[in-house]
Amino acid sequence: MINSLSSELIQLLKPPGLPGYENEIRSYLSTLWEPLTDVLEVSNLGSLHGVRLGRGPTPRPALLLAAHMDVIGLMTTMVDDSFLHFTSLGGIDRRILPGQAVMIHGRELLPGVIIQLPDYLNNDRKPASSRDFSNLRVDTGLPGRELNRLVRSGDLIVFDQQPFMLGDHLVGGSGLDNRASLAALTLCLKIIQKSRLHWDLWAVATVQEEISGAGAVTSAFEIEPTLAVAIDVTYGSGPGSPAHKTFPLEGGVTLGWGPDVHPALYSTFAELAEQLEIPYEMEVMPGRSGTDATVIQTSTTGVPTMVISIPIRYMHSPVEIVHMHDIVRAGRLLADFTTSLDAEFLPRLAWQP
Amino acid sequence: MPATQTTIIPTIGNHQFQLLERLTDACAVSGDEGAIRQIIMAELADIVDEAETDPLGNLLLIRRSQQQHPLRVMLAAHMDEVGLMLTARDGDGFFRFETIGGVNKSYLPGKLFRVGANRIPGVIGLNPFHLSEPSERQNSISIDSLRLDVGSENAGRVNPGDRAAFASCFTRMGPSLRAKALDNRVGVATLVELVRHAPPNIDLLAAFTVQEEIGGRGAQVAAYRLNPDIAMAIDCTPAYDFPSENGAKNTRYNSQLDAGPAIYIADRATLSDPRLVRHLIASAEQAGIPYQLRQPGGGGTDAGTIHLQRSGIPSISISVPGRYAHTPAGLIRIKDWENTLALLHTALSHLPSDLLATPR
Repeated sequence: MINSLSSELIQLLKPPGLPGYENEIRSYLSTLWEPLTDVLEVSNLGSLHGVRLGRGPTPRPALLLAAHMDVIGLMTTMVDDSFLHFTSLGGIDRRILPGQAVMIHGRELLPGVIIQLPDYLNNDRKPASSRDFSNLRVDTGLPGRELNRLVRSGDLIVFDQQPFMLGDHLVGGSGLDNRASLAALTLCLKIIQKSRLHWDLWAVATVQEEISGAGAVTSAFEIEPTLAVAIDVTYGSGPGSPAHKTFPLEGGVTLGWGPDVHPALYSTFAELAEQLEIPYEMEVMPGRSGTDATVIQTSTTGVPTMVISIPIRYMHSPVEIVHMHDIVRAGRLLADFTTSLDAEFLPRLAWQP
Repeated sequence: MPATQTTIIPTIGNHQFQLLERLTDACAVSGDEGAIRQIIMAELADIVDEAETDPLGNLLLIRRSQQQHPLRVMLAAHMDEVGLMLTARDGDGFFRFETIGGVNKSYLPGKLFRVGANRIPGVIGLNPFHLSEPSERQNSISIDSLRLDVGSENAGRVNPGDRAAFASCFTRMGPSLRAKALDNRVGVATLVELVRHAPPNIDLLAAFTVQEEIGGRGAQVAAYRLNPDIAMAIDCTPAYDFPSENGAKNTRYNSQLDAGPAIYIADRATLSDPRLVRHLIASAEQAGIPYQLRQPGGGGTDAGTIHLQRSGIPSISISVPGRYAHTPAGLIRIKDWENTLALLHTALSHLPSDLLATPR
């Protein structure tokens, strides 16, 4: 099972999906979700809504499971003779960029490489490491005239790192944030395919999470969910990262705790995880969770939200790493939660007067 | 030797592209060049008159001249590439490492590597953007703070002492080629073609050398053994032909793409033999092959150790200009490679047998 799941995850890593430009991953995801859902829709901003209709009496409560499908990347800001200047879409540490192979989505698909200009060409003589992107360029190997014909300001630049396996269970590559969660959400849809649901389920692959959460908030306004779960990735422990802010790979999922999370949902998920013998850790989120939950929570008249996360190492780099067991655990937990929702669940969300 | 001779100048075609792809995909960090030796032998074993792997691992191939008293010309191309060596375990699948050769450390984080003889994948990552302070992100990379991560499952398949090379990314990009280790696999591929199409007027002594990136050690002993009259090192020299940020003229480009083979007059290690400089320039001009004079200055090639062997060996270097050497993705122009091959072939085919009798 793990082998076929890791192959599916690797397939999920291949379609690009920079924030605001999620067409390719949405098409691919649609083919996966079409047989698993009753209705498949695309929102005004491009989020994919897969609906499983419940059997309970109408008006039925609605569960929203949200995982973003956009991936950080770069955007061309200027064509300067035979080199491209660029900016970032999403938070990127400049130190991972030099030497990175990329694909430029210009009038044609063009391979390129990110390079760092030598220090002696710097204007300000500051060392390269202290600079932003101003001394980085993309070289496509094309002469200036050809490059100017094929690439314009605003063209997307996608990391070109093929997915890889470190052994049988660790998958690496670019875009595990948040394709790992989409793999878990897809697994959840498969597990519950034959299950009878009381509630309506809206599986949503959101857009533009890395910029603003624009996809999650607008889908929440459209769906008006009764409650929502954001599935995202969290910091996996690894070299250079503080142990108290990270979670071990293969250590299970994290359950968010803080103002983004409704306490009754936290308890429900913690109890479910214990019943299912799924290891989990509380992930303390004192302010904003930085996930789709933050913007879903304050949509419409307010939505009880939950955050479930899968640890990945080296987040926001082209060599992110995830353990397949953690994806399976997240998928099972979501599936069990979804099938457990019935008419009696709603009172649990009521606050004490 | 006839005044003029008709020779077929070798060119770059599909076979050469495929050979260069295999050569750049292979991992051969200094001291571990076996994978390159194998590829070369598969290409040339049936063609050469003599083949030998010497005590340091240099692959020495000889094609004898069909003439009396030919010049013995050593052509050296180093097989090794820069990379890493694992030095200690540091947790479950994490390894400390040191660099071998002049690895540009700014290019290490966020990259995939191949480790050891089994090419086990491993990565070098960083503390994520979200958990790091701006001050941390603005520090220059310290090797000591980085770890190579092969994952817990493969931890037992990798050991301190194993070498790691950048994972390959060989790609045609219009008029250019992108790959790791173009320094110096493009030199190796060029020398393979010269052996395949050896000019009949010389004894061609091909030395595919080891350990150039850490000081030309292989070339040193190869030159002693081959005892040539003349030596030429074939390499890949940096092209820093970038626009300056403030619009000022870039006066330190070293070499430039599209300008043809780079002929060395002086680098840190060698003052080229002026007779060889003149002969290469004259050969290029007569054949209408573009060439450039590499900016005199730093750097060094196998010629640095070769010309000091025995009682002195007149030597020169000629390089394909290449951007981003010692990083995961170098870049050359196909035309520069082809012109380097053409110039070497022409110059060797027309090498005057009395060249060394003329004044320096």
